[in-house]
Amino acid sequence: MDELIREWRDRVRATASRGESLQLRGGGTKDFYGRAPVGEILDSRDYAGVVAYEPTELVITARCGTPLADLQAVLAERGQELPFEPPAFDEGATVGGCVAAGLSGPRRSSVGALRDFVLGTRIIDGRGEVLRFGGQVMKNVAGYDVSRLMAGSLGTLALMLEVSLKVLPKPVAERTLRFELQQAEALSRLNAWGGRPLPIGASFWHDGALSLRLCGAEAAIDAAGRELGGEVIAADEAAALWRDLREHRLPYFRSGGALWRLAVPTDAAVLPLDAPVAVEWGGAQRWFCGELAAKRVREVAEAVGGHATLFRGGDKGDGVFHPLQATIARINRRVKEALDPQDVFGRGRMYPVD
Amino acid sequence: MGERNEALAMAQREADFSKVDRTRLVEALAAALPAQCLLHAQEDLQPYECDGLSVYRQVPMAVVLPRTEAQVVAVLRICSEQGVPVVARGSGTGLSGGALPHAHGVVLSLARFNRILELDANARIAVVQPGVRNLAISEAAAAHGLYYAPDPSSQIACSIGGNVAENAGGVHCLKYGLTVHNVIRVRAVTINGEIVEIGSKAPDGPGYDLLALMHGSEGMLAVVTEITVRLTPKPRLARCILASFDDVAKAGDAVAAVIAAGIIPAGLEMMDQPATAAVEQFVHAGYNLEAAAILLCESDGTPEEVAEEIERMRVVLEASGATDIRISGDEAERLKFWAGRKAAFPAAGRISPDYYCMDGTIPRKRVGEMLLAIQGMEGKYGLRCINVFHAGDGNMHPLILFDANQPGELDRAEAFGADILELSVALGGTITGEHGVGIEKINQMCSQFTTPEIETFFRVKAAFDPAGLLNPGKAIPTLNRCAEYGRMRVSNGQLPHADIERF
Repeated sequence: MDELIREWRDRVRATASRGESLQLRGGGTKDFYGRAPVGEILDSRDYAGVVAYEPTELVITARCGTPLADLQAVLAERGQELPFEPPAFDEGATVGGCVAAGLSGPRRSSVGALRDFVLGTRIIDGRGEVLRFGGQVMKNVAGYDVSRLMAGSLGTLALMLEVSLKVLPKPVAERTLRFELQQAEALSRLNAWGGRPLPIGASFWHDGALSLRLCGAEAAIDAAGRELGGEVIAADEAAALWRDLREHRLPYFRSGGALWRLAVPTDAAVLPLDAPVAVEWGGAQRWFCGELAAKRVREVAEAVGGHATLFRGGDKGDGVFHPLQATIARINRRVKEALDPQDVFGRGRMYPVD
Repeated sequence: MGERNEALAMAQREADFSKVDRTRLVEALAAALPAQCLLHAQEDLQPYECDGLSVYRQVPMAVVLPRTEAQVVAVLRICSEQGVPVVARGSGTGLSGGALPHAHGVVLSLARFNRILELDANARIAVVQPGVRNLAISEAAAAHGLYYAPDPSSQIACSIGGNVAENAGGVHCLKYGLTVHNVIRVRAVTINGEIVEIGSKAPDGPGYDLLALMHGSEGMLAVVTEITVRLTPKPRLARCILASFDDVAKAGDAVAAVIAAGIIPAGLEMMDQPATAAVEQFVHAGYNLEAAAILLCESDGTPEEVAEEIERMRVVLEASGATDIRISGDEAERLKFWAGRKAAFPAAGRISPDYYCMDGTIPRKRVGEMLLAIQGMEGKYGLRCINVFHAGDGNMHPLILFDANQPGELDRAEAFGADILELSVALGGTITGEHGVGIEKINQMCSQFTTPEIETFFRVKAAFDPAGLLNPGKAIPTLNRCAEYGRMRVSNGQLPHADIERF
């Protein structure tokens, strides 16, 4: 076993025996996300590098501290990518942090979320045991899907040493269309289009304009373009739009107030929020940047069967993630205990410790 | 927070349920359910003694067929109070014995939960009960130009609840995903009778991804009573290439070459020569019987997209040494190409009194090695094996042919199967891609996982089911079982399960 892994195991055990907590951290680009990180920092960047990459197997395995940009560059050399387009949010984002944050970008609605691409992990649990779950193959039902559980766990379950992710070829072609539409009309069209076999990769509505990104075979995009109409956006301008949307560099996301993410059914009507919103994922992800009580935002989301996260800024005193139903909360706590009985990892990062 | 002990007790050895009192159990169930929802006479229990893997049989103490969620809650409360094992069952088509009854337990059949509760074409979702057949969802959605993508070969009979329990795949999952990628919510009842909603119509719910845990959990965490699935727009057109190869390794390389060219086919299946010979006798699919292997390579989408992709695939397959390439000219011909592949299991059943289906997944590049090793095993065990294979995702279904009436053949078939599974692990794969561990592959789990990993599985189970009453003895082996099986994975130079008594 690697010397560093031995060292980390010892450190986890020692921290557990002292009843203290570790903050698992890569580049720190997602420090803003979730409740405030506490505990001594364990810097995952000491364990970096692509362990295995087999383009024809559509799988890449990387160590937790591998810079996300490095992994993406390795894939790009072979015309492949992480199709869920994870946001980096800043320089220095790592693969481990990306999986732990569990965030997906603009194409989530067409290709699936980050969690859909997790195939396997090697972890150190809260007892200091090195464990392996899942693997490097697409289909695997041996044992419970513990590796997928790591996605979005914010470093509260285990220290991920390695992760295997499914990758896909980049789309052969892309084109972005723009439509001048009010939100209600945009939502209605997005849902209608979603029911048709069109190569829609991503969508974004804000301030009276709907941008629609087509991804696929050249011929399919031509055919869809004829069918849908709209104004074709220049390729470089379109690339910048989707990148800036993914990275929250658009002015909308930089206004400085509390940024809420509301996840709702795609066909939920325009939400009664009295400030500008931005809509992604065919209507399923709605950003809200404004001053409104947490309780009210959560009510708005719940009223349509959704949930709300205080994504960035604002007052975290009322919690960040949507409250869980009592039985689900109990199962969550017990899942946490299953992997990390002494609460070594990411104490209180998701929900307050009771 | 702190250590809990029940999970470790569960992990150590199989629980003893011999103290379950049949009379008391049946009385309590009879008081909670209408008469037609409870079976306990020996002749009524017989039909439930096995699932699709009929070599394992066990008559349960009782079978319940609830019609409402309230009845499911009542049954689970009774079993929880009396400490009775519960085995949930869908259509009983499972191939790993996951729904094999427990001798001292109740089989909870969800066959009467067979209604589609809501089909929302605009939101592209369907809310269904777990006993609904997989294909019935697509049939109901067809009027809206939608379908439910995962299509296990038993889709005409298998239930969506069973699909969740096994995380079922099918021939189109390389492009469209497995069950876990197409289910957005389940409603379930815990062993204590509590109702939980996991996931919703809104994406990426808060908390840990319990929805992922539920998939492939083989009825060991909670009993699902409702499932919300995502529906997919039906592609306008699908066309299929039938390519022949004079060498199995070349066919395997062609699969890699297609993917290296940046193509994700809608379906990518391989059959070896014994398999094509077996099916061609019954279904005249027009396969080239001279070929050492054939590939079925499908493209779907808009007519323009399909034309473009079929041409790209044809070029790659030719360059990979295909000896013959045929492209379906119309829907009838496409279905004819697929008819042979879909008839593989029935064909095995017709050329041999019994067959035993394996389900290992391996990295695609190791397929040639695996097929060669299987040929060697045919000699070793004196049994034939035909190979069909979801080439796109590395999931192999070797069908071992045997005759259970010949003394020793069943044992040889099982030993043959165990060899294949262990080789799957050794080649960097897994013992089961989509059929589940059930009772069938439980010993091989000891080869794939170490003691602390198995303990973790038991702890995860205890998070949902602390008393260990849901489908005990399946999917995750106890450490005692692994010690007895004696073929354990050695990791980091240490003998795993070293702390366990050996027999």
